[in-house]
Amino acid sequence: MKLELRGITKRFGSLVANDHIDLVVKPGEIHALLGENGAGKSTLMNVLYGLYQADDGEILLDDEVQHFAGPGDAMNAGIGMVHQHFMLIPVFTVAENVMLGNEQTKAGGRLDLPAARARVREISARFGFDLDPDALVDDLPVGVQQRVEIIKALSRDAKVLVFDEPTAVLTPQETDELMVIMGQLRDAGTSIVFITHKLREVREIADRITIIRLGSVVGEAAPTASNAELASLMVGRAVELTVHKEVSSPGEAALVVRDLSVVDALGQLVVNHVSFEVHRGEILAIAGVQGNGQTELSEAIIGLQEKVLGSITLDGRWLVGMSVAKVLDAGVGFVPEDRNHDGLVGEFTIAENLMLDRSDRAPFVKRGTLQLNYLNQFADEKAKEFDVRSQGIQTPVGRLSGGNQQKVVLARELSRDLRLFVAAQPTRGIDVGSIEFVHKRIVETRDSGVPVIVVSTELDEVTALADRIAVMYRGSIVGIVPGNTSRDVLGLMMAGEVPDTITTIDTDTIEGALL
Amino acid sequence: MSDTAAAQPAPKSNQVLRDIMGGSVVISILAVVLALIAGGILIALTDPGVQAASGYFFSRPGDTLSAIWTSVSGAYGALFQGSVVNFGATTFANAIKPLTNTLTFATPLIAAGLGVGLAFRAGMFNIGGQGQMLIAAAAAGWVGYSFPLPYGIHLILAVAAGIAGGAIWGGIVGFLKARTGAHEVIVTIMLNYVAVYLVSYMLRTPGLLQAPGSNNPKTPAMLPSAVYPDLLGPGFNLHAGLIVSIAATIFVWWLLNRSSLGFKFRAVGQNPNAARVAGIDVKRSYITVMLLSGGLVGLAGVAQVLGTVTSGFSSGIDAGIGFDAITVALLGRSKPWGIFVAGILFGAFKAGGFAMQAGQGIPVDIVLVVQSLIVLFIAAPPLVRAVFRLPTPGVASKKKPAPKQIAVAAK
Repeated sequence: MKLELRGITKRFGSLVANDHIDLVVKPGEIHALLGENGAGKSTLMNVLYGLYQADDGEILLDDEVQHFAGPGDAMNAGIGMVHQHFMLIPVFTVAENVMLGNEQTKAGGRLDLPAARARVREISARFGFDLDPDALVDDLPVGVQQRVEIIKALSRDAKVLVFDEPTAVLTPQETDELMVIMGQLRDAGTSIVFITHKLREVREIADRITIIRLGSVVGEAAPTASNAELASLMVGRAVELTVHKEVSSPGEAALVVRDLSVVDALGQLVVNHVSFEVHRGEILAIAGVQGNGQTELSEAIIGLQEKVLGSITLDGRWLVGMSVAKVLDAGVGFVPEDRNHDGLVGEFTIAENLMLDRSDRAPFVKRGTLQLNYLNQFADEKAKEFDVRSQGIQTPVGRLSGGNQQKVVLARELSRDLRLFVAAQPTRGIDVGSIEFVHKRIVETRDSGVPVIVVSTELDEVTALADRIAVMYRGSIVGIVPGNTSRDVLGLMMAGEVPDTITTIDTDTIEGALL
Repeated sequence: MSDTAAAQPAPKSNQVLRDIMGGSVVISILAVVLALIAGGILIALTDPGVQAASGYFFSRPGDTLSAIWTSVSGAYGALFQGSVVNFGATTFANAIKPLTNTLTFATPLIAAGLGVGLAFRAGMFNIGGQGQMLIAAAAAGWVGYSFPLPYGIHLILAVAAGIAGGAIWGGIVGFLKARTGAHEVIVTIMLNYVAVYLVSYMLRTPGLLQAPGSNNPKTPAMLPSAVYPDLLGPGFNLHAGLIVSIAATIFVWWLLNRSSLGFKFRAVGQNPNAARVAGIDVKRSYITVMLLSGGLVGLAGVAQVLGTVTSGFSSGIDAGIGFDAITVALLGRSKPWGIFVAGILFGAFKAGGFAMQAGQGIPVDIVLVVQSLIVLFIAAPPLVRAVFRLPTPGVASKKKPAPKQIAVAAK
């Protein structure tokens, strides 16, 4: 089925989220929609799926104008969507989930489960999925859950499939498998819209690429285009995707973590006997798919986790069991992974957020009173130094873009005397320009002799920054490998396997292994 | 690569207008206006004259309209004359007496409103004003009538006892929330009951709060040395509690806007997660803010027993102020001076409401309806915006596109 969007315009108040967007997706083609976060990709797809009504423009399927009042209309017209966050019910089986919303019934209103099972089997067989219709969705790995979503869309005869950031939650291996599935679907004649901001995936699978920036189509590209070309279209200028950094010259071990375990509120062991060291002047990246204990590990270092066993010492100082304030006083800088939730007070101004973790001592406070003159001067300086773009330091942080918000967090944490810097997902959801800036500052922090931990689920970021990489899987560190380890090996490790070709390097001989 | 039009910021004047129109000050004022209009409709509907005239509306509609005008203008005229200036008075003192009554009623409302508003700012919903006021009144009253002490010292001690009483009653809430996670709304409501029955018991028990030789559940009169001095002489009710309330307003303004403690309160109130990650002790903040909140509400209880009703008090001494304080804090948007103005407005409603009932025979309940409607409208800003067709704030600003002319890194 041919999908055509003509002049789609969607406004929210004075913001134009989509500005006369034209897009043609031919039958049997994978059309990548590439753009930064906030470029308007999701809005466009929500218009297509009937969740938003376009202010202007029309949607055509096989040259017929469509009017979608809601997702039901879009589904009936043959449009299926695989959401970034799966719309599955965990306690239902695969077959039940597939039939949900489109239930076939037998006499007396009884659900026709056998028919649904048969449908799942039939579609699975067609694409070579190995999927048990009676398995509980909760028990399935994330990648397989995604296939359930795909089958759900296909079971309603979707001729146009929209994948919204489908690889965000997948391991590299699962991503590769998804690419194969998408290829199969294309060969079977399905039109596919593939929304992403990851250049590598686009070049690997897409037949055509449309780049969206600030709500407008800024160009089309062939998959043969280079990363640099695509990135410059996305951000409107040439960017460097690799981080310039010198070879690290690590000093002695500053942070020593020994046999650390974290038990969460439900009594689960989320970090399982982890040991590692971070040396002065090196970046240790902690890689892994989201939810394998990285968050809890970084929170344990900061003192945010309640039940922590084992030892953490920083320059000989014992950190386990200390309050967050004491850990920060010990010289730990922390960039939390969810800046809006944990890093910033949205209603506070830029200036106020800059003093958030030093709210009871000099130089910001004297005799219990805020030193507003000093604060404003400090904020002006830091806003300039960290290139925070706003209408002034009295702007509430909630009004800034993600990249500028992150720069505020970074400015706050890096303007203290640090003995350790922990950055969790430092570039999540921010624009390419800010990513570059954040990476630069992280490397500068390392070069100034501070030990740095970067927790990231983005392999590109891990390989760009890390001097050493610790890969976490199900709460344990699978291995600690040099920063130049290949993506394939890292991918295997992220799935919990230790490839035979590498030997996990001993942390004590790290200097030798790196050079 | 050229910049696209979508990135252009809105014209500045437009933005300023949007901020003013979208701001909550405007919403607060419009909420009051809307509530007064709705109250006027109610007055007209319940007025016997209007009802009689509407019986022959189709033959002489003018009668109905003039009856509506008479009832509504009469009611609000009485409200105004009862709360601000009495035009019928012969002397200047009598003419401004309504205004001093308003300020007298406003005195505890401001103090209690500040307490509730301060807790709001730290993310705590203090419904326990009634209990905190009662305990404070009991403590201040007990010191006030029991110990003959020199002028000055006695008053200060009595006030301090009241503040301490309120602070303890509020602090229990903060402590329970910090230690056990108990929800402050439930705890404060239950502590209201505890305080009501505790104070009632003490008022009925000789040797505790009950006046010796009396069978009434009432305390002895306050000693003159413990009473707030009159501000305008014995002819007026206005007492020095107003000065205390003004001082409390200034203190809370300083606390919230200029102090380290207030900064932490606001951080905890807006985003407790970020506060915790930034090393702020969220639990300790809950305890501290409830101590302060209870202390401020306690000042309202003090104003009642040492200022307004000095002849001894009974268990109704809180006069619903603990709950009105929630309204005052909401109307004042939990900002100290906003609460001050809102407290005076509600003081005017109280003073004028009685005049309205006495002069025009309009039930004082109408004033309560107006007060309730104010809260209702404040709680539903989209409703007020829809009525006055104001633009919705934040739609444009929230999704502002990222600035993109970022310095190019050195190649």
